[in-house]
Amino acid sequence: MSDPSGQRGVYWFFKGARGITSLPAIILMSAFVGFCGFAVEAGIPLGETVFMTGMIWALPAKVLLVGSILAGVSLPAAFITVALSSIRLMPMVAALIPEIRTEKTPTWLLLLLSHFIAITAYVFTMERIQDVPRAHRLAFFAGFGTTITSANIILVAVIYSTVANLPAMVAGALFFLTPVYFLTSIWASTRERAGHIAMIIGLALGPLFHQVAPEFDILYAGVVGGTLAFVADRVWKRRVGS
Amino acid sequence: MINYASFDTWWWPYVFIAVAGWLATDIWRWLGVLVGNRLKQDSAALTWVRAVATALLAAVISKLILYPSGELRAVPVELRLIAVSAGFAAFLFFGKRIWIAIVVAVGLLIGGQLLLGSGLLTG
Repeated sequence: MSDPSGQRGVYWFFKGARGITSLPAIILMSAFVGFCGFAVEAGIPLGETVFMTGMIWALPAKVLLVGSILAGVSLPAAFITVALSSIRLMPMVAALIPEIRTEKTPTWLLLLLSHFIAITAYVFTMERIQDVPRAHRLAFFAGFGTTITSANIILVAVIYSTVANLPAMVAGALFFLTPVYFLTSIWASTRERAGHIAMIIGLALGPLFHQVAPEFDILYAGVVGGTLAFVADRVWKRRVGS
Repeated sequence: MINYASFDTWWWPYVFIAVAGWLATDIWRWLGVLVGNRLKQDSAALTWVRAVATALLAAVISKLILYPSGELRAVPVELRLIAVSAGFAAFLFFGKRIWIAIVVAVGLLIGGQLLLGSGLLTG
């Protein structure tokens, strides 16, 4: 009772934690069932699969790391492959941080909590953060991030021994849920026109750059597509404004 | 060259995963925090960063559909594209409800494979 703002923080932390029953969380857990099957197939032992889930957290990076292990590549090569594919985390985190911090938020806390940012946490938070009072946004994000990460670590540990029995068609559908979910939820949660333009251009540029520069395709598509969308939006605004 | 199978100890794979997995992803998150800390809400710079993040995610989406990993590779690419397009169209048509897109897309993906498998359609 002596610290009402602290108590409100706990309330919002649990409000975020309750996001574990939301559609994005359920889709992500289905995707983790798919990943777990992939790791079993690749011969990655249980302990290492669980360790990966907690330490890397971003699903595409894990798939790439398992692929690198399968290919027997060297440590520096695996590091570069995963690092290049994960550059996309930087603009995502940079876009999310101004939404969840306040003037008083210490940087070390943001550095610590940034570990829980991956595509699902980004989409979930961007979709709901407008309804959370600014003072409690970090607590809300921390509640969701820590809960969904722990839940998936447990999920992977529990299903590891049985996941190999999944029918191929179901396993394929699990891999399909993620792009369908990302496509619709990002579209629904984008508030600006620039975002919708970026989405359309990015969808087209991804496969295009994959043909030209497969190592950097996501990065190029992001920077080129995002910049084009940003400029198009500025020009549009000026035309309508004048 | 040092790789995943280089040392026959229980801890080596964990070191490998920590360096090539954890460090390789979290450095970008830390850099993102440092950049994001300097971005002002409602600034043009933040709009640009958000547009780049969105375009990146869009590229990930189209790659997950066109160049998938795991069992999804066995599904014909035409079926994958039809399923996701119909799902997105249903999403836009029925008041932007995400679960509708998922039901339509996954339903078509599985239904299409059953049809192809039964030989009713020749692919």
